[in-house]
Amino acid sequence: MELLLLILIGILYATGIFMMLRRSMVKLLIGLILLGNGANMLIFLLGGITRGKPPIIGETDKVLTGVYADPVPQSLILTAIVISFGLQAFAIVLLKRVHALIQTDDLNDLNTPDTSI
Amino acid sequence: MTDRYLILPIIGHMFTAVLLIFFWRKVNTQRIISVLGSLAVMGLSVGLFIKTYRAGYLTMQAGNWQAPFGITFVADVFSSTMILLTGFTGLAVCVYSTVGISRQRIQYGFFPIFHFLLLGLNGAFLAGDIFNLYVWFEVIIISSFVLMTLGGRKPQVEGGIKYVTLNLLASVMFLTAIAILYGLTGSLNMADLSLKMSAIPNKGLVEITGLLFFIGFGIKSAVFPLYFWLPSSYHTPPSAIAAIFGGLLTKVGIYALIRVYTLIFVPDPFTKQVFLVIASLTLLTGAFGALTKRNMRMMFSYLIVCHIGFLLGGIGMYTRLALAGTVFYLVHDIIVKTNLFLVSGLIYKIRGTMNMDELGGMYEDYPRLSLLFSVVFFSLVGIPPLSGFWPKIYLFRETFTTGAWYLLAAMIIASLVTLYVMAKMWGDVFWKKGQEMENKLTDDFSGMNWKKRGMLITPVVFLAVLSLYIGFFAQRINVLSERIANDLLHPEPYIQAVLGADAVKTPQSE
Amino acid sequence: MKSIILKTASNYLLPLLLLFAVFILFRGHYKPGGGFVGGLIASIAFVLHAFANGLQSTRKLLRYPPGAFIPTGLAISLLSGLAPMFAGKPFMSAEWLSIHIPIIGLLGTPLFFDIGVFFVVIGIALTILFTISETIL
Repeated sequence: MELLLLILIGILYATGIFMMLRRSMVKLLIGLILLGNGANMLIFLLGGITRGKPPIIGETDKVLTGVYADPVPQSLILTAIVISFGLQAFAIVLLKRVHALIQTDDLNDLNTPDTSI
Repeated sequence: MTDRYLILPIIGHMFTAVLLIFFWRKVNTQRIISVLGSLAVMGLSVGLFIKTYRAGYLTMQAGNWQAPFGITFVADVFSSTMILLTGFTGLAVCVYSTVGISRQRIQYGFFPIFHFLLLGLNGAFLAGDIFNLYVWFEVIIISSFVLMTLGGRKPQVEGGIKYVTLNLLASVMFLTAIAILYGLTGSLNMADLSLKMSAIPNKGLVEITGLLFFIGFGIKSAVFPLYFWLPSSYHTPPSAIAAIFGGLLTKVGIYALIRVYTLIFVPDPFTKQVFLVIASLTLLTGAFGALTKRNMRMMFSYLIVCHIGFLLGGIGMYTRLALAGTVFYLVHDIIVKTNLFLVSGLIYKIRGTMNMDELGGMYEDYPRLSLLFSVVFFSLVGIPPLSGFWPKIYLFRETFTTGAWYLLAAMIIASLVTLYVMAKMWGDVFWKKGQEMENKLTDDFSGMNWKKRGMLITPVVFLAVLSLYIGFFAQRINVLSERIANDLLHPEPYIQAVLGADAVKTPQSE
Repeated sequence: MKSIILKTASNYLLPLLLLFAVFILFRGHYKPGGGFVGGLIASIAFVLHAFANGLQSTRKLLRYPPGAFIPTGLAISLLSGLAPMFAGKPFMSAEWLSIHIPIIGLLGTPLFFDIGVFFVVIGIALTILFTISETIL
């Protein structure tokens, strides 16, 4: 399981960076999304994986007993997912706006602010 | 000492922002609420600063969950100084933007987002938990994204894309570093991390994690190879927005870097070397970039990059006096950079252009305003006895004791170039004869009534007075920054304040 | 989308989903659920309605623009966080009243915080989706 996740994280980071380095704006966005997911998986992996033991206190118990999954990485990932959800929605709208303004998907054409003297 | 009121500077902005959203379309009401809110938060910040200065450390456990498990907010002298500066600049920019930001942009929600930005900044300064710091950083960047692209003119959104991309990348780096840190220690509380980091046998991994943090914060604070987003985006939004960005946004990266590198990691000689080299390169590239630009605000953007080098160099030297110099420079830079962009906005309002070839004759038309502006410009350069001069004494002196000669050379070159570009700008914009461009340039300023003019000029005066205070009463800031540097180098009281008095004993007995 | 099946189904699904969202909201805190998930389910209900009947009719159904939910929710959450401060506890402490209400369970500040989150999530999700779909259509 760990090895599998490790390879998956590697692939996510690699493809994310690769996509970010392309010239297309949509690919840039996909790259950012992949990178974010890679980081979330990394938290999940490094927080330690415990299978099938959710950290939920039973109906009759007062405290958790035995081995259970660490809830902290999960809450961190949840927070990170929510944040990236908002950021990606913003980025999509921004890209649409840029596309409507300059009629191209090519990042190389985004040099109006650099050449304004 | 626990103090449940230390969170008030955050709550104050949140309360103002929520109130402002209720008055979404009412421009004038928003202006009044926003100024009152900023004023209240500034009062709270002053209160917090005085309290912290007396007590040393204040902590608050959010939700009453105790320290290594819950989210801790910590105010030490450093963070409360930063909050105080945020309060001052926030109020100044807020007053300025009541007139400086167009009606349409206010209707798009400028003021609520502005307060969310300040809320994020205050949160980042008070966070005692590394993941909480990440969340506050996200609050800051999402608000700054909106402010950056608000209004949606073409250069603005194009600059916005670069800004958004690089900042998102920085967040991913930050998150990756947090993931590794959590994997290493199983904790997120910075005081707890500070204790646990020294026990980790794999020093190489610790160092890599530290450098990942450095990359993340480095992108945000625009250090040498990672600064390209800044000059191509900071001159595109309205100057009130650029002022808060230039004054505070890059500095929060430096703040986080200082925090992380004094509390969690301790730089070894290699890391210090990396910092020093990068600081020197940042100084040089920023300075040379500023030389090439004829657009005033673009030039100022490069100067932001350049002066980040001073701050980073101070961290790289890592002595008590160097850190004191960094803190002093931070205090000076926040006030003066904010004011610089406000001034550039005023010049734009008066002349309708930022191109220094087209500008001219300002001194002839507005002699008293020009004199006011000169205070800002020459504080930035660091002409004694103005504010920029004093921190440089610390930094220059420490290069001798640490033997970082190349940093000294870079600092001298950067200071000279700053002097050169500011003097040239002064000559071009203020002393050069105003040419035959009256017909094509708009002058918003002379059409305004005294009330509107006052709203634009008062913040500049306010910040200029503050920077004069820093300059003429440098002794007080000296005492403050040396105390902060001392606190930073001896984190034990910080850890004790967060985790309880007997937390530190174990590593000391080893 | 002009599908009679979807249109008919969405009319029955809307109240059901909203009820389910409220159920999830109140189930939270000690069991899986809470304001965030509940808010998402509620916004899915409205999105489904918008798919079947068009954006305009959903807007009419909501009465207020979706953006108006955001400050309401934020205010509720903020006040629920502030309330313990008046009782001398730190910000966002969980304070419970001892009254037990049949369906809702214990009344306390976390519940109000979750209700605030619920409204914020509805507001934000609907604002995002409506804005994007309006520019596409």
